[in-house]
Order: sequence, then structure tokens, then C-alpha cells
Amino acid sequence: MNIHEYQAKAILRKFGVPVPDGHVCYNSNGAREWAKRLGEGPWVVKAQIHAGGRGKGGGVKLARTADEVRLVAREMLGMTLRTHQTGPEGKLVTRVLVENGCNIARELYVSLVVDRASSKVMVMASTEGGMDIEEVAAATPEKIFSETIDPLIGLTPFQCRNLAFKLGLNGKLLPKAAKALAALYTTFISCDCSMLEINPLVVTAENELLALDAKFGFDDNAMFRHLQLGDMRDYDEEDPNEVEASQHDLSYISLTGNIGCLVNGAGLAMATMDIIKHYSGDPANFLDVGGGATAERVTEAFKLILSDKNVKGILVNIFGGIMKCDVIATGVIEAAKQVSLKVPLVVRLEGTNVEIGKRMLAESGLDIVAADGMADGAQKIVAAVAALSGRN
Amino acid sequence: MSILINKNTKVITQGLGATGLFHANGARDYGTQMVGGVTPGKGGSVNDGFPLFDTVRDAVEHTGATASVIYVPPPFAADAIMEAVEAGIELVCCITEGIPVLDMVKVKQYLQGKKTRLIGPNCPGVITPGECKIGIMPGYIHKPGRVGVVSRSGTLTYEAVWQLTCLGLGQSTCVGIGGDPVNGTNHLDVLRMFEEDPDTDAVIMIGEIGGTSEEEGARFVKEHMTKPVAAYIAGITAPPGKRMGHAGAIISGGKGTATEKVSVLKECGISVAASPAEMAQALLKIYTPS
Repeated sequence: MNIHEYQAKAILRKFGVPVPDGHVCYNSNGAREWAKRLGEGPWVVKAQIHAGGRGKGGGVKLARTADEVRLVAREMLGMTLRTHQTGPEGKLVTRVLVENGCNIARELYVSLVVDRASSKVMVMASTEGGMDIEEVAAATPEKIFSETIDPLIGLTPFQCRNLAFKLGLNGKLLPKAAKALAALYTTFISCDCSMLEINPLVVTAENELLALDAKFGFDDNAMFRHLQLGDMRDYDEEDPNEVEASQHDLSYISLTGNIGCLVNGAGLAMATMDIIKHYSGDPANFLDVGGGATAERVTEAFKLILSDKNVKGILVNIFGGIMKCDVIATGVIEAAKQVSLKVPLVVRLEGTNVEIGKRMLAESGLDIVAADGMADGAQKIVAAVAALSGRN
Repeated sequence: MSILINKNTKVITQGLGATGLFHANGARDYGTQMVGGVTPGKGGSVNDGFPLFDTVRDAVEHTGATASVIYVPPPFAADAIMEAVEAGIELVCCITEGIPVLDMVKVKQYLQGKKTRLIGPNCPGVITPGECKIGIMPGYIHKPGRVGVVSRSGTLTYEAVWQLTCLGLGQSTCVGIGGDPVNGTNHLDVLRMFEEDPDTDAVIMIGEIGGTSEEEGARFVKEHMTKPVAAYIAGITAPPGKRMGHAGAIISGGKGTATEKVSVLKECGISVAASPAEMAQALLKIYTPS
């Protein structure tokens, strides 16, 4: 799950990480009023969408008077913002963050991630704030510093000082930096983050530290203990099919091809996409129905695949372990009846209760092509879809 | 012989709910010594022939179990793993999917210096065909033999095993290490065990996008392994930045792509299958069964 910048800053503020004063606004008059309440100006007006690169796309602007805040907000609200992360279709701006501007002396970078190599949380910091950290890592890796955190001890004061000194935060800034880093780690742990990035963390002309932008990634597996974070989810920022899928406990990702896939197991689901491509087809989606799927869930999965207008054929690929083939068969038959299936359907079943499943499909009276193995299944659906487009 | 488990392994189940019970029965039917279950508060009773204990320590004391399989729901699974570790269980297979990653970070630290080997979480388990099945894999697709299989994905492991079995090639042991970003055992650990196992002649290693477990395994193959290794990496068509079902299957910051992994594996002398339907054939290109 992702959240907006203004939500991220509210969380940071709660945990004691210094952020500029600001407020989210949904209309331009509100933006002007909030600007006056926040301070003397200048202010920064920032479009709130779930994508980076907003500045270059015209989604971050400086305003010197409250009236200017209103004008800028009016321009931004309702615009479709295109950045390198939104894709060519862009994203509609429905809210802006109005916040106090600051005098930037230096821009730094700080992030926390779960480092897979060490199986620990790692803090990374760099003097190259405001840049894409992957570019910094590629070009000047010596400008990135890190500390790995013992989960039973936490981020220690000496580790905070190590990082602060490497960032050149001396004198009065040292205790402020140590405090901010400790607060960031507390935020990360308390919210079950998978990623927390402050870019840039700025030093102001007045020698204060401020988190000027913030990006959170949350661990979906831990959301059961952070129900209040769920309220921050903005469904308008997500793919509607992926939202629908998550409501049925399906793991679904939209792709651009025309062959829908319904698979059990994440690895097999990826491999199914790969083998479709291998035989010169183009997968329309990733879909893992999971190990404990019910017939209803399989039916929902079918509906989801068919709601994608690009889908010209479906490949069901099941190798049952937890999943029983007769459950899949029941779901497939039920779904085919409910949606009056009009595209070719190839089904490959193997595993627990495979004979029952195959018999159910054969006796269903539905137009289902049975496949023997993955390669056979992929070749059959690719051929069926190619034959269709040849006819059209 | 085999790695990790054999016909003498005694196994207890932690989390005998509907799913746990279904698979405990499946394992028992396969011939595994399923000697009991742990359900706090139900100690002293019997569920479907499985004697129940309140704690893992009690279960170990009364049954002599050295292995445990965990089906406990995600919020409580990390605690279940640590309870098994504390009770001195040698092999813990955690099947549970959806454990918060920060819970696993703590578990991983807790495991330091302990004798327990953790397999998983979010995995199908371990099987030594014809002897012992711990987990959720369908038993009948396996056949006793001399090829080792290690994989991050459950269903892809079944796929590889089925291809081997259909070609008449049996398996020594199949290990599902799981799809989470922080897990107990990685490819390298299992490859090392297969290299040392006198009854494993060749290995199929299955990986996917995300992390560097496959690359580390591949470097071990290049530097230390004498046995032939074939591989398949899933996710060539996976878009970057999207989590592909498994919590650990994500290309982040341009790292962990399938293309990158395949090229490292090939450099290390591993026979990489061009499609998931060709895993067994990829092995036969470099391995002649005796």
C-alpha cells in the first residue's frame, strides 16, 4: 500500500520527525485560507498523487502571496499530471498540499529498508539529496553510507552519530540529526514499513533539519495490526482491477497482453506468463488464486480476468498441493456459466484430486480445451487466440 | 540417504486447524511419522489420532520429535517458530504465508547460534520421496531417486518434480525455501547440503525475481560444487516495482530481474531452462543418470 505525501508527513510529525507545517486542501479557496493560517509565506503547493517526479511535471510550485497560492492550487486541482512514474495517461490531481517554504542550505538523503542480504533493517544516508538514489549508487557509491540495525537492540545512538558525521552534520546539528534518525527508525518499526525514504532531508539556512518529502512502503502482511493505516488508502490511485482482486484475496496484476491467466502459486503464475511469452503469446495478467481458494474465489478470479477487454483467451494452469483440482473445476464451471464465456479456455490440471477435476470439466458440457502439461497448455491457448485474430 | 529428513524423522504439527489437520493426515498417509500436535490448552487430548500437547517442549519430551511443521496463522507464526527453536527442534518447516517481515527479522536474529534449521516460511515444506513428507506437496508426483530440488516456489517445485518423475528420474530430497524476503534457509544452504549428500547426484534449482539468493547459490555452484546443476528463473515477463504474489518477488530499483539472474547462473556453469516446461530436460543436457 502507498500513501500520499501529506499523509506520510502527518505520520512523521506524530513520531517526532521534523517536517514543514502544512495542510492538505481540496479546493483553491481552502488553499488560500490555509496558507494564511500556516504563516507569512512563501509557500509551496504540491500536487498529491502516488508518483515521483512531480516537480518536473509542474506538480510542485512556489507561491509568494496567499492569492498566488490560490491561483497555483486552482491550476493544479483537476489537472492530469504526467511524470516518468505515472505513464503517459498521467494522474488526476484532486488534492494539494500547501506548506511553508524554507531556505534550503543543503539537501541530504535518508532511507530505511529491510535489507534482504542481512535480514535486518538498514539505514542508508547520502550527501546527495534530491537525486535518484539508484543513480547515486551507480555513479558514486562512496557517497552512500549505511548502518545495519540489530532488531533486538534497535538503532543505537552511536550508529546515528556515525551517519550524522558522514553527512557533515556537526555542532548543533549533531543532536538534531541523531534525534531525527532515531525517530525515523521508530516510525519504521511502529508502522511495519517495508521502505521509508526521506528525499530530500534538508538543512535550512537557520540550521534546522526538515524532511521535505517522504515516501512510505508498508508491509501488506502486517496490515492486520495497523487497521488505521488502511484508512489512508486512496483507491483512486490504484488499478481498479487490482483493488477488486485484493477484496477477494486474489493476487492480481494487470499487464498489457491478451491472454488471461488463472494459476495457483506465485511462482507458477509467473512461469505461466513466461511460457506464454516463450510461445510468442502475450499475457494479460498475473493472477495467483492462492493455496486455499474456494470455488467462489475462482469464480471471482474469472470475472476479474474477463473484465479486462483485451482478454481474447484464458489459460488455467493448476498444480494442486493445498489447492484441490476439483475445487478449481467447480469454480471454472460455475464461472463459465455465470459469465457466459465467449473466449477460448484452455485448462491444465495436475495434483491433488486431478482425476475428479478432469472428469468434472469433461462432463460439464462446456467448451473447454484440456491440456497435458504447461507447454501444451501455452501452445494451445496461443494458437487459439492467434486463430481468432486471424479470423477478425 | 537424503538431506534434512528420512524415514526415521519424527514430526509434530504446530497449528492443527482444518488446514494443518488435512496436511498432517496427508503426511501420515504418506508414511511420515507424524507423532503429535501442539495446541495450547488442548494438551492431553487426541485429535484424529494425533496426541495433543500444550507446548512444543512437552511434545518433544513425550514423542522424541526432532522436526516440526507450522500451520499457525500469520500473526502468531513467528512465536510458534521461536517456541520450536527453544524446545530444541532440529528442523522447523513453516508453511504459513503472510508473516510480517519485521517478525521474521526478529526470528532470524533469534536463530543465531541455535542448532535449529528453519525452512520457509511461505513454503511447501520438505520431502524425501518414499520416506518422509513434511508439508503440503502432493506425495504421488514424487519418486525416490538421486536428483535434489530446491525452490522458492511451491507449485513450480511440483512442476519440476513431475517433469523428473515422468522421465523416470527420482528425487533424493525436495526443499521449498519459500517466497518471503526474509527466510530461514536460502538456495546456497541447500546446494551445500546436496553437494555433501552422497545420495544426491544432480540438482535442479528454481528461483524467481527479487533478492540475490539465486546469484549467491550460483557462485557456490561455480566455486564448490562437483555435481551438475540445472535451473529455471521465473518472472522474465514481470513488470518492475510490482510484487508478484510472493512477498519477496519484486524487482526494486532495477535489481533482481530474471534476466540478470539468468546471466549470472549461466556464467556460473548452470544449465538454465528456456521455459518452465523444460526444467528436467535442462538437467539432462548436463547430467547422465547412472
